Amino acid sequence: MFKMTPNIIHNLLHKKATRRYPKVIRPAFENVRGALFNEVAKCTFCGICAIKCPSQCILVDKKAGRWTYDLFACVFCGICVEACPAESLHQKSAYHLPLAGRETITLNREPKLKIEKTTKIPEERSNDAKD
Amino acid sequence: MLKTVIPFGPQHPVFPEPLHLKLVVEDEVITEVVPALGFVHRGLENLVHLRDFQQMIQVVERVCGICSMMHAMCFCQGIEDLMRIEVPPRSKLLRVIWSELHRIHSHLLWLGLFADSFGFESLFMQFWKIREKVLDINEATTGNRVIVSVNVVGGVRRDLSAEQMKWMLSNLAWAEDEILRLETTLLSDYTVQKRTIGKGVLPREKAFELGAVGPTARASGIAQDMRMLGYSALDQLDFEPVVETDGDCYARSRVRFHEVIQSIRLIRQAISKITEGEIRIKVKGRPEGETFSRIEQPRGELIYYIKANGTKNLDRLRIRTPTFANIPALLGMLPGMWLSDVPVVVLSIDPCISCTER
Amino acid sequence: MKAEVSSVSCDALVGEVARIKVEGYRFVTLSCAETDGNSVSILYHFDRDLALKHLRLSALKDKPIPSISPVYFAAFLVENEIQDLFGITFKGLVVDYKRTLYLEEEVKRTPFCTDTAVQTPAAEKTANPGPVET
Repeated sequence: MFKMTPNIIHNLLHKKATRRYPKVIRPAFENVRGALFNEVAKCTFCGICAIKCPSQCILVDKKAGRWTYDLFACVFCGICVEACPAESLHQKSAYHLPLAGRETITLNREPKLKIEKTTKIPEERSNDAKD
Repeated sequence: MLKTVIPFGPQHPVFPEPLHLKLVVEDEVITEVVPALGFVHRGLENLVHLRDFQQMIQVVERVCGICSMMHAMCFCQGIEDLMRIEVPPRSKLLRVIWSELHRIHSHLLWLGLFADSFGFESLFMQFWKIREKVLDINEATTGNRVIVSVNVVGGVRRDLSAEQMKWMLSNLAWAEDEILRLETTLLSDYTVQKRTIGKGVLPREKAFELGAVGPTARASGIAQDMRMLGYSALDQLDFEPVVETDGDCYARSRVRFHEVIQSIRLIRQAISKITEGEIRIKVKGRPEGETFSRIEQPRGELIYYIKANGTKNLDRLRIRTPTFANIPALLGMLPGMWLSDVPVVVLSIDPCISCTER
Repeated sequence: MKAEVSSVSCDALVGEVARIKVEGYRFVTLSCAETDGNSVSILYHFDRDLALKHLRLSALKDKPIPSISPVYFAAFLVENEIQDLFGITFKGLVVDYKRTLYLEEEVKRTPFCTDTAVQTPAAEKTANPGPVET
């Protein structure tokens, strides 16, 4: 009946197992597959990332020079990062913080980075093979 | 004696995933059980028509959240078998290390849920505290806590450096000490024994006839573990399956507890045998033919039947998960139990319904 | 596949499976694959001491197939699943869910058969307009 008592005493005498989040935040490990971002200056708009993506969340328009990425369909697997021949895709070591609305990131081929945020309703997405 | 039909619903505090059981009860003793599935059916097998065989690895990992690496490994093994690819020896050992880590985290999750099922919440928290350390190891070495996504056709995507291995071993030593400290609390406590000994007994012949797999079968005396097949570097490691003979819930929890300790020892052996070399080879071509690939998931024997026809989409992918085979065994265990024992018995087969109904 | 695969016909199926059970094999599972428009190929897998044995049955979709659940009780679940997903009927099932195990009663098309005009997401999306490209 008192088999748990040694555990209780041990736990009372040692330091806490929990962290006082949000006052103490654990630093992220390196090489964690976090948020994806594209350095559009290096991007050649070849479209390989869009072909290889398992969840079909990237759309590349080579003629118009546009790279569209659906944040909420991405599963952060990192296949696009490995496949990119221009090495312009990277993953940060922190995950996205919560957002208030569904957003898609659209980047254009321009010297100056222009990020447009549009709020999209899910049914209108035209990623064909996406389930 | 009045018969009542009680629905043991899809939502229940003890289940990690929804499963519906219609229990025919006579005066609190169960006489018949009829299961109903289909609450999380996502139709993932049908996605082979839409995704090519390399993108299917990411789909297949997400069949189950707890044992995701095993699904990817079984799939990659099947495709490598079809395309006659031999993966480098270092990547075989790395795959074994990560799958044993998965087995540890899955069994710790189950041990916590099992303690919670008879109300022992503080023990539940203790087991999950140890599990957090294992998930930290996963995150630091592969990039993600649960869906690790390290397998590709032809090897693995990430490598382990020497100081990562040292860090891993020190964390696992801490985990082993903590788990052994909890052994008397789980296995020799009077209340725990009263709730689990003699409940849900599955005798050996019945377990064999109903097709039970994994710890459910090993606790009834059938010494069968797919790791004895020696896939993916397991033939280089010393390994004996953990077997008990009683066949009740207590025996099943003993089997899983000892398997955690055994997995930690297997990881130590694998790290000591690791050789230098490449981790991935380039893959060209398309698979053709049919193959059957089996590995040992934490819950039992996982089977993949892959049929390919030379194009980049596979023809048919059939996944048979161990919980699918253990549900008929559950139907053999429940008659004769009291109604209040049902949560403990159902949880003792380690039901993973999202695997069952991909 | 490395293990032996032997073909069997509809009439000899239950007898062959009963013989396999007497030899001490454990039931593993069934796998069903569509071969062409109206026939399927069902594979029965058995295991003894980590060695596998397979039986292949080629059957037409509209004829009922004898069920092996009187011999191996554990087969009832997977035969019900094949009934749901491929539209085949098994006769003699010990517990028959009549196509409601995974699917609801309103579903009329069988999900896994390519000739019954199953709606792929590509077909559905052409019905809806694409996203607004800004």
